[in-house]
Amino acid sequence: MTPSSPAPALSLRAVVKSFGDLRAVDGLDLDVPGGTCLGLLGPNGAGKSTTMRMLTGQAVPDSGEILVLGHPVPRESKQARARMGVVPQRENLDDELTVRQNVAVWATLLRVPRRERDRAVLRALEMAQLADRAESRAATLSGGMRRRLLIARALVHGPDLVLLDEPTVGLDPQVRGEIWVLVDRLRSDGVTVLMSTHYIEEAERLCDDVAVMSHGRVIARGTPAALVTEHAGVEALEFYGPPDRLQRVEDAVTRIGFRTRRTGPSVSVLRAEALPQQVVDELGDGARRASNLEDVFVLLTGEKLED
Amino acid sequence: MALTQAPEQRLRAVETTAFAGVFTRETTLFRRVWRSTTFGSVVEPTINLIAFGFGFGALVSTVQGIPYVQYVGTGVVASAVLFSSVFAGMFDTYVKRYYMKTYDGILATPVDVPELFLAEATWIAVKSGVYGCAPLLVAMVFGLPPSWGMLAIPFIGFLTGFGFAFMGQWFSGIVPSIDSFSYVQSALVTPLLLLSGVFFPLTGFPTWVQKLAELNPLYHCVQLVRDAVFGWQPVDDVWHVVALTVFAVVMGLLAVRVLRQCLID
Repeated sequence: MTPSSPAPALSLRAVVKSFGDLRAVDGLDLDVPGGTCLGLLGPNGAGKSTTMRMLTGQAVPDSGEILVLGHPVPRESKQARARMGVVPQRENLDDELTVRQNVAVWATLLRVPRRERDRAVLRALEMAQLADRAESRAATLSGGMRRRLLIARALVHGPDLVLLDEPTVGLDPQVRGEIWVLVDRLRSDGVTVLMSTHYIEEAERLCDDVAVMSHGRVIARGTPAALVTEHAGVEALEFYGPPDRLQRVEDAVTRIGFRTRRTGPSVSVLRAEALPQQVVDELGDGARRASNLEDVFVLLTGEKLED
Repeated sequence: MALTQAPEQRLRAVETTAFAGVFTRETTLFRRVWRSTTFGSVVEPTINLIAFGFGFGALVSTVQGIPYVQYVGTGVVASAVLFSSVFAGMFDTYVKRYYMKTYDGILATPVDVPELFLAEATWIAVKSGVYGCAPLLVAMVFGLPPSWGMLAIPFIGFLTGFGFAFMGQWFSGIVPSIDSFSYVQSALVTPLLLLSGVFFPLTGFPTWVQKLAELNPLYHCVQLVRDAVFGWQPVDDVWHVVALTVFAVVMGLLAVRVLRQCLID
C-alpha cells in the first residue's frame, strides 16, 4: 500500500481469535485499500474463514481492532453489513424458491428500498447471467449456476465491499472461468473485494494484491508478480523421473544453497535462473517454467497449498 | 454504486426493517410449501377431534356441563397450536442452522440474532393462530354454537404459539443432535399435552398434579379457549394471558441467548 492510496475499506490490527487451545487468527494485521481486490491465500486452517467471519461480526475477536468501511466491528457490524455482500463457501440457497425469489428475499434482507427492488433484482440476475432462468427453482440449477446465484444475491444492493470465501472451490475449470468474469466485473466497477482462495491461478488472475496466510498471520504481502519475483525469482527448473533421480537433483542443488519443491512425480529447482550453467548441464534435461505463487507459498511456509 | 443509504445512526436492538426481511423470507417460502404444512397442521387435530369426540363421546356425554365433542373440540385448538409451533421451532430451526446454513447467510446481512429469531417465532405464531381455528370450525360442523368470543381464538393461538415457537428454538440450540428431539417429544410435549385438559379435565388428578398444571402453558391456553367459547371468566382469564405472556418472554430470552452462542463464535 502506497502512502497516496485511498482510505482502507478494511483494516485489521493485531487481531487474535482462539477456539479453545487453537489460535485460529494470531495477531493479524491487514489493510485493504478501497476499490482493490485482495486475495487471502493459504491452506485449510490458515485462518481465512475465521477472518471472513470476524468481518461480518459472526465471530468476535478476542483482541485487536477491526474497521470495516469505517465502522468498528463488531460494535457497528450491522452498519457495515448493510454495505457488504458476502458469498459463503458453503451454499445456502433456498432450493424451494425460484432464482428470482432467492435474490428478491436477499434484496429485502439487504434493505433495498421497495420501489427499487424489482430493478435491483433484475440487474443482479443479468450481471450473473441468470435472467433467463429467473423463474426456475433454485434446486434445478447446475453447480456453476448455483454459485452465480449466490453471487447475484450478495450483489443485489450494490455493496461497496464484497467478501468471497473460496468462490470457485469444487467447480469445473470452465465454470471457474465464469465466476472469474463476474469478479473481474466487480473490480472494474470499483467494488472492494476480499477473496479467500487456495487456488494459485485464481489469485494470480484476479487479485491486485495477495496476502499469504499461515497459522493465522499474514507472512507475505504484495502483488502476485512482486511476491513471485521477491521470493521465488524468475523461473524454476522442473525435473521428472523416478524417485532416486529426483533425490539426486535435490542433493545436487541444495548443496549449493538452492531450494527445491516436490510436486507429485516432479521436483522443481527454484530461482533456477541463478543456477551455474555447469550444474544445469550436470542435471540433464529439465523443463524451465516461470516461477509462480505456489513456489512462493512453499518457500515461505514449507506447506503445500493445494491438497 | 450503493443503492441503499447506510444507516449512520446507532441502530436499535430490534429494527423493523431487519424483522421485515426475515419475515418476508418466511412468507415467500410459505407460498411454496403451504399445502403440506397446512395439511399436517389441520388434518391431525381434526382426526384427534373426530376420534376422541366420537370415540369417547359415545362413553361420556358431557364434561363439566359441556357436550364432550364440544369439550374436546375446544381443547384440540390448543393441541393444534402446540404442534404447529413447538415442532416448527425445533425442527425448522435446527435444520436451517445445522444443515442448510441459512442463518450463516442471514446473519451476514444487516440482521442480528434477536431480530432473526423474533421474526421467525412471530411467523410461526401467526400460523399457529390460524391453524388453531381449524378444529374449532370442525367442531362447529358438529354442533358447537358460534359465539363472539371465538374471534379471540386466533389471538390466543398466536400468544401461545409464540411461547412454544421460542421453546422449540431454544431446544434446537441445546440438543446434541436432531435425534434428541424424540426425547423432547416423549418426555415433555406429550406430558404437556395430557396435563393440559385438552381431552379430559384434571379434576380427577391429585391436588398437587392440578397445581403443577398451573405451570403448563398449554393448560392456560386450553382454559382461555374454553372461556372464549363458553363465556369469559375475567379474573382467571387475565391470569391465563399473563402466564402465557411470561412464558413467551422467558422462552424468547432463552432462545436468543442459546442460539447466539451457537451462531456467533
